[in-house]
Amino acid sequence: MSTRTAGIIAYAALFAIGLFGPWLFPAHLSQFSKLWLFMVLALSWDLLGGQTGYNSFGNIMFFGIGMYASAVLQVGLIYPVADYTAAKGGGTEFVFSAQQIYAGLALGVPFGGLVAMLAAVVFGALLLGMRGHYFAIATLGLAVATAELAAGWDYIGAGSGMIAPPLPNDIDGTRLFYYLSFALAMLTIAFLAWLYATRFRLAINAIRDDEDKAEALGHYTVRNKMAAWAISALFTGLAGAIYGNLSRFIDPHDIAFNAEVGVWMILMAILGGMGTLWGPVIGAIVFFISKELFWTYLLGWQRVALGALIVVIVVFFPEGIVGWVKNRWPRLFAPPTEEDSPRQPDNGGEAAHA
Amino acid sequence: MQNLQLLFQAPVFNVQLFLDGLFIGAIFALAAFGMALVWGVMNIINVAQGEFVMLGGFITLLVVQAGLSPLLGIPAAALALFVLGWLLYRLVIWRIVDGDMFISLLATFGISIMMQQLMNEIFGADVRTAESGLGVWYLFDGMVTVTQIKVAAFALSIVIGLLLWLFLKNARLGQAIRATAQNARAARILGVDTDRVYAATYAINAALCGAAGALVVMAWSIHPYMGLPYTLRSFMIVIIAGLGNLAGVIAAGLGLGVAEQFAGFLLGAEFQLAFVFLLLVAVLVGRQISLARKRQYLK
Amino acid sequence: MLHRRQILMASVAAAALLLAGATAQAEDCTITLGAAVSLTGKYSTNGKHTKNGYDLAIKVINDKGGVKVGGKTCKLAVKYYDDESTPARGAALAERLIQQDGVKFMLGPYSSGLTKAIAPITEKFKVPMVEANGASRSLFTKGYKYLFAVLSTSEQYLQSAIALAAENADKMGKKPNQMTVALAIENDPFSQDIRAGVMDDAKKYGMKIVIDDKLPKELNDMSTTLTKVKALKPDILIVSGHAKGAATAVRQIAEMRVDVPVVAMTHCDSAKIIKKFGDKAEYTLCASQWAPTLKYADDYFGSAADFAKLFEKTYGYAPPYQAAESAAAVLVYKAAFERAGALDPARVRDALAATDMMTFYGRVKFDETGKNVAKPMVLYQVLKGKYVVVAPSKWAEAKAVIPRPKWSERK
Repeated sequence: MSTRTAGIIAYAALFAIGLFGPWLFPAHLSQFSKLWLFMVLALSWDLLGGQTGYNSFGNIMFFGIGMYASAVLQVGLIYPVADYTAAKGGGTEFVFSAQQIYAGLALGVPFGGLVAMLAAVVFGALLLGMRGHYFAIATLGLAVATAELAAGWDYIGAGSGMIAPPLPNDIDGTRLFYYLSFALAMLTIAFLAWLYATRFRLAINAIRDDEDKAEALGHYTVRNKMAAWAISALFTGLAGAIYGNLSRFIDPHDIAFNAEVGVWMILMAILGGMGTLWGPVIGAIVFFISKELFWTYLLGWQRVALGALIVVIVVFFPEGIVGWVKNRWPRLFAPPTEEDSPRQPDNGGEAAHA
Repeated sequence: MQNLQLLFQAPVFNVQLFLDGLFIGAIFALAAFGMALVWGVMNIINVAQGEFVMLGGFITLLVVQAGLSPLLGIPAAALALFVLGWLLYRLVIWRIVDGDMFISLLATFGISIMMQQLMNEIFGADVRTAESGLGVWYLFDGMVTVTQIKVAAFALSIVIGLLLWLFLKNARLGQAIRATAQNARAARILGVDTDRVYAATYAINAALCGAAGALVVMAWSIHPYMGLPYTLRSFMIVIIAGLGNLAGVIAAGLGLGVAEQFAGFLLGAEFQLAFVFLLLVAVLVGRQISLARKRQYLK
Repeated sequence: MLHRRQILMASVAAAALLLAGATAQAEDCTITLGAAVSLTGKYSTNGKHTKNGYDLAIKVINDKGGVKVGGKTCKLAVKYYDDESTPARGAALAERLIQQDGVKFMLGPYSSGLTKAIAPITEKFKVPMVEANGASRSLFTKGYKYLFAVLSTSEQYLQSAIALAAENADKMGKKPNQMTVALAIENDPFSQDIRAGVMDDAKKYGMKIVIDDKLPKELNDMSTTLTKVKALKPDILIVSGHAKGAATAVRQIAEMRVDVPVVAMTHCDSAKIIKKFGDKAEYTLCASQWAPTLKYADDYFGSAADFAKLFEKTYGYAPPYQAAESAAAVLVYKAAFERAGALDPARVRDALAATDMMTFYGRVKFDETGKNVAKPMVLYQVLKGKYVVVAPSKWAEAKAVIPRPKWSERK
């Protein structure tokens, strides 16, 4: 079985499980929606962090920018945004019809992604000249500053946050946003699988392995770095746009620019295996499930457990699950994972990794 | 703009803002000494820096509970944190010294969230303060207030900075630390026990933060989730000052404190933090641009 | 569709069986209330007060024979989760409580932000939620049918403080419309609602806002704002930022000798400002939902003072109002269960909507939006190291001291 076939099988399995999700796990739909979106976050972070070698600590800003941009457009199509936010999420006078909601989502979500991408291009011009931890810290600084600015800006509700357009009764929001999240995750995996099969991957891997040499060899390193970051921001922004609608309430610090989620996306990628296609997917699944378990069974100590898990992950498994399995059983194609999901993720799409 | 006019009309408030900035800046500098040390010697960025500061504060509260003067909390916190730093090194940190700096960021992040919740469970999430028993000076007809504990904190930070500098310059261990920072392999070949040096470095860092925390609980307040701002500011100071430049750390710390106070006054408290971080990004971008002219980059 | 419903039913049934199995020997039945409260994070001080209030009420009700529903006697229990003071977490946990744990009745979280995040969920599943700590008035403009709040809403918090200041304007040699107001209010949804209320009141009297600082959430230093206050000499200083804001403000106002004739705050008692700061807290005006000195009473806790005594005996500290209102929420639920005579969420909701009862915490009667309209806010002033109610006049124990003595004139 070639890795390509294995990848296709894994994708098909994921697709089937996701498609029938509302019947398989009706009570956990919104948790699974978040899992799909977290997968997107891990995958898009890894495009820059794992594949290009630029460890951004600030990708969460694209999540927040996408979220706010989408919400502002969704509201702005119908009502003046400043009035809507001044009413602290709106009284009964701000009503949206089903049609307005669908139109808002159809325009708002892509808009959120595009604004995030635009921000990445602008910030990239400033920051992508830095390397190593300077890049990491500059992105972190920018993310914190963006969060603070959002929390001080009255137009988008400042510290009071913003409420996503309220859904009319005839829309089943849980299912709608589940499928949106699922579709985005599938799109991201498919797109990255395609992208990683092109020469672009070799070009950005060259940057990761030795940027000076890549430059000396005549690669357009600046252009490639920028492209990688912009794509990463696009998907992160799309995820943010959907997440804002899913969570209904957008708080600048706790939801949109939540620094912790910014760290989680990195952890998921590391846990699964940086620089691989399926690593972030597996990482997201394992991380998300262990987090949910900690929060359920270790009340009051959940963060102690999570902190310990993080230390163990990064200290003992810096290669991630995919890397660890590859080192341990180099011949195996379909390694089992720790979680109890029926699917058998595998390291398809891995072969191209030099 | 109205706020700016105010500063011209009543210049005495400049004095207040300036002094407050110096005092808080000195605390930032104290935490930043340790970060610069660990960063320079071990190539680790310690995200748990702010949590060490918080722990120092809680140790001081324990000292107060035991009926002793909170001023004794300063040595007590430093000592306790020294031990904790050493233990943490033996447990976790030694495994990541030679690794990617990125790994160290995440591992110490893990440690920091563990500490936050542990302290929440042990001490509760209340905002806590300790009364130093020192008084307040009122200058300029009461328009400017100077809390004596803040002055003490300021002086102590400078003294500790000097002591640290003397230690690194003259003490045997200090010299070993510097040698390891310059070239760990060479130091090892020449008989320096680098493992011990690393442990000592990390423990000294924790002790410095502990002392800072003792001062923070007396001059300001602490709670289990206070760490991040201290960590982030330590980062900033070290980046502005550069590694291995203790005088620079003091200057950058004080400068940052003062800049923050004025930013908070002029822009409103809600933009104080945004200002600090935009400043950080601006400093980095500025340095990057000037380096790019020489076809170099920040690394 | 059928398939999905079957699974849902099966899981609810399984959860119910599990619960029943665990408690069958002991008593007839157990009513499990669900609650996500902040046990960690920035609201955890008040989250603990909330949880203690719930727990105490449940203990008292169970000790006094439980809840009689349709001929059966039920015990009350609460299933808690920790929302970590973040709305995202709170919303997820509410869904988990309802969908996975099969909880049919919810108690509120601490803070308006969390309540705002959870209310759409309970509404969606048609699960009643009686909340005691979400005071934002915007919660009650959305037409929620399953949300009930026992507390007074945010715009009322400092209403009487502004009114008191206006009444005493002549003592400062001014007319109310010549007074100036400084606001130092945390940048979170609840505190910002307080700000909106104060702004409205100030406008009503024609007062001018001269400082409007939004304090960051990690605030432990207000010196820049207070420096501004010293420079602009407003007549009224309003501080709101949960327990952290009150503690920081009291300490630094004293340290910097900021002389403002009227200083009003929220969350004084949960910040324990008298115990922590003694003299420095003197003359501070504090908005409160409740005070142990009020003459309210019920059959379970007795008078407000009795509740305070019992609470202090159980938990070792005097109850801040956050604990009192939380306990009241449980009492309201208990009464509604008995009046509904069944554990059907829809019927309990209707019974809740018809609530009109007296508790140690005050009268509880909901309007059609679900907020309690029968209980006024009270305003304390710290006088001689005690909280003394100074407004509204019906409950006032003493006259408010306005303006506050200057720091230089204090001993």
